[in-house]
Amino acid sequence: MTRPVSPPRDGTDKVTQVAEPPAWRTVLFRADVRTLSLVGVLAALIVIGGLTKPDEFLDTRNLQLVLTQASVIGVVTVGMTFVITSGGIDLSVGAIVALASVWATTVATQEYGFAGILFTAVIVGVGCGMVNGLLIAYGGMVPFIATLAMLASARGLALQITDGKTQIVEVQGVLDLGERDAYVLGIPPLVLVFAVVTVIGWLVLNRTTFGRRTVAVGGNAEAARLAGIDVRRQRLYLYLLSGLCCGIAAFLLIVLSGSGQNTNGNLYELDAIAAAIIGGTLLTGGRGTITGSVLGVLIFTTITNIFALNNLQSDVQQIAKGAIIVAAVLVQRRTASTT
Amino acid sequence: MAPELPLLTMSGITKSFPGVRALDGVDLDVQAGEVHCLLGQNGAGKSTLIKVLAGAHQPDGGTIGWRGEPVTLKSPIAAMRLGIATIYQELDLVEHLSVAENVHLGHEPTTAGFVVRGKAARASTAALLKRLGHPEIDPARLVGELSAAQQQIVSMARALSHDVRLIVMDEPSAALDPDEVDNLFRIVGDLTADGVAVVYISHRLEEIRRIGDRVTVLKDGRAVAGGLPAKSTPTREVVALMTGRNVEYVFPDRPPAPPPEATTPVLEVRGLARDGEFEALDLDVRPGEIVGLAGLVGSGRSEILETIYGARRPSAGEVRVDGRPLRTGSVRAAVRAGLGLAPEERKAQALLMLESVTRNVSVSTMSRFARVGWIDRGAEYRAARAATRELSLRPDNPAVPVRTLSGGNQQKAVLARWLLRGCRVLLLDEPTRGVDVGARAELYAVVRRLADEGLAVLLVSSEVPEVLGLADRVLVLREGRVVHTAPARELDEHRVLDLVMEGSPVASAASPAGAAGPATGEGRPAS
Repeated sequence: MTRPVSPPRDGTDKVTQVAEPPAWRTVLFRADVRTLSLVGVLAALIVIGGLTKPDEFLDTRNLQLVLTQASVIGVVTVGMTFVITSGGIDLSVGAIVALASVWATTVATQEYGFAGILFTAVIVGVGCGMVNGLLIAYGGMVPFIATLAMLASARGLALQITDGKTQIVEVQGVLDLGERDAYVLGIPPLVLVFAVVTVIGWLVLNRTTFGRRTVAVGGNAEAARLAGIDVRRQRLYLYLLSGLCCGIAAFLLIVLSGSGQNTNGNLYELDAIAAAIIGGTLLTGGRGTITGSVLGVLIFTTITNIFALNNLQSDVQQIAKGAIIVAAVLVQRRTASTT
Repeated sequence: MAPELPLLTMSGITKSFPGVRALDGVDLDVQAGEVHCLLGQNGAGKSTLIKVLAGAHQPDGGTIGWRGEPVTLKSPIAAMRLGIATIYQELDLVEHLSVAENVHLGHEPTTAGFVVRGKAARASTAALLKRLGHPEIDPARLVGELSAAQQQIVSMARALSHDVRLIVMDEPSAALDPDEVDNLFRIVGDLTADGVAVVYISHRLEEIRRIGDRVTVLKDGRAVAGGLPAKSTPTREVVALMTGRNVEYVFPDRPPAPPPEATTPVLEVRGLARDGEFEALDLDVRPGEIVGLAGLVGSGRSEILETIYGARRPSAGEVRVDGRPLRTGSVRAAVRAGLGLAPEERKAQALLMLESVTRNVSVSTMSRFARVGWIDRGAEYRAARAATRELSLRPDNPAVPVRTLSGGNQQKAVLARWLLRGCRVLLLDEPTRGVDVGARAELYAVVRRLADEGLAVLLVSSEVPEVLGLADRVLVLREGRVVHTAPARELDEHRVLDLVMEGSPVASAASPAGAAGPATGEGRPAS
């Protein structure tokens, strides 16, 4: 009755070990390719701009304008990059920018002058970020839902404060920064702020324990927790950081427009997420690149500028943006699947 | 055996995964109307084999015959069309759909091809549930509201909603109470009377004796015996077939003298419990000692480690490190006190797969290389390299991404993390899962060396020889209780398997002499 059906075979136990190519080199190479391709796209856009409107596009004032416009959304995108790297999402950035910009430009706030406006914008941003962070980290809410709720509430509050009216800034120090001829260290002040935020963001993400924890939480939250990282506190800090960036961006927007409006920052969440994604930050978390995000912002702003110079309407711009997002993600999936 | 044509013949089935040969030429034949039992230890290849049979895995080699015709099972749907249904241990039901919707998922009765006829679906579901002896389950209820046992019935109803000729049941009794088990056996009897074949997987020998016709034993990816009579083959023979090994595990020597009882334990666990998982656990681990927990899946092994580590909150009891009680339910407190865990699911629970070895090793220590948050990457790299060299991690370059390493080296990266941290107590959960045979011996040597250097090690493994070979002292677990404690050298594999498998109230008729029951006098499970 007993019948051994598959007798042990000799010598079939060995496991063939395939020699791995030096994988770190391919990874490094691929990361470089990704960044370089973004630089290539930006260069191509500049060439297109130069060919279609040689006089206007390459004018120093226009390039300065492009960078200035990129600054506001750029600062928001740096914060967004951290949040996405941690595996989260912040849909409320545009609404927080709106709320911070109107709160900081009420008549009452303006009485405290320059410092009052700056302080209020930052505090409102951080405050909203803290609410997001507490709801997500300690309230166990899904980031998508918590920040969607914040989006709705902050916009509503902004409308309530302004009653739909534009709040003109009367503080001279703030208006001076927004002058076309204002320079700090030879750089337009908004661009300087953007540059500083970018550099700090890059250093924090790549060189500090905070950045490491962000990547760890996004890459594998359970592993991070079991390695002894306080995942919840890290999540709280990340939404605080995003709120802080929104506060700074709101101040830049006040400087740029000389006013505060409840319609400020409209659809910033989409622009910031799109810029981060085409830059190479993984929407699923675990990998983020500030350099890529900034390049993404510059690409979008340059397209907007070129289209405007060529009298193409915003509907065409939106279509082009959509196409670029799809193309960038498809290219990334291609490179990722060749692993 | 009857000379008639078998319903199913599988011959020479092979299947490899990276680094592991899961099936190495398995033969299986199943007759219509029989209960064919599959036995084997964890990792013997049972799950892979039934997944091949379900069309979920494609075999690398071998042939499958169905009623004498060669077939390929390209997908689960192809298997289902032939009449093969599988009820997995992890039930694959959609909680937010109703019972009837689950039963008819993918083949809903429809009007005009797309309008679901809910009433018809509910009626046929009710008929199936009645046939299964559970007419009280309302077909309109959501599956998520049902008990585990009821969900199992729904899963079975789903299998029967197809024109099924062969049903595979993977440990169907694991979640059931005794009277529910009786009902299950009655259903199995009805099915076989109708000529349906059942492939039945269970760890409980006495169940196999009750309902099985024939037994096939798998070991290390091979069928070591096929078609044994289920009722008359002595337990001794079955256990011998399951355990006799071709692969020689090489275990490091134990230190000449075990740590004296007088040594103060570094880890003390007192009365630790978690409702429904394990009860009143006491254990001590001394520096230099390796303590092993042996038990089957579901015996609470991993839960115990994770609770000690603070990843789960206990319902009672305490954990002391160096005599100081640990704040329970806090991983950070445990890590600060000197505990380190190498978890069961390495990729899901321990590693950052996109990151380098360095960053994986330093993740629990990085603030040590940082000033005001600023990481000195040179110091970090050198420390990680020292730790990985200490464990002979290959390749000898911590800059490579951790995902390019083999399973054994990935485990070493996890160990290096705790080595770098300077932890005092190492908790190892299935340390050699996914590690190929050659690399195991090296990993065992590493663990022993760490213990010799003064670490206290608590080891959990479903592979009994591993626990016996590596540990100094072994606690045998069954259904969340310690049923036996002994120095490892006083136990052998048969004895441990007897202790862990004796899990149901049905007395095992043919247990080998000298292994009558729990030696510690612990009560039997209340069930």
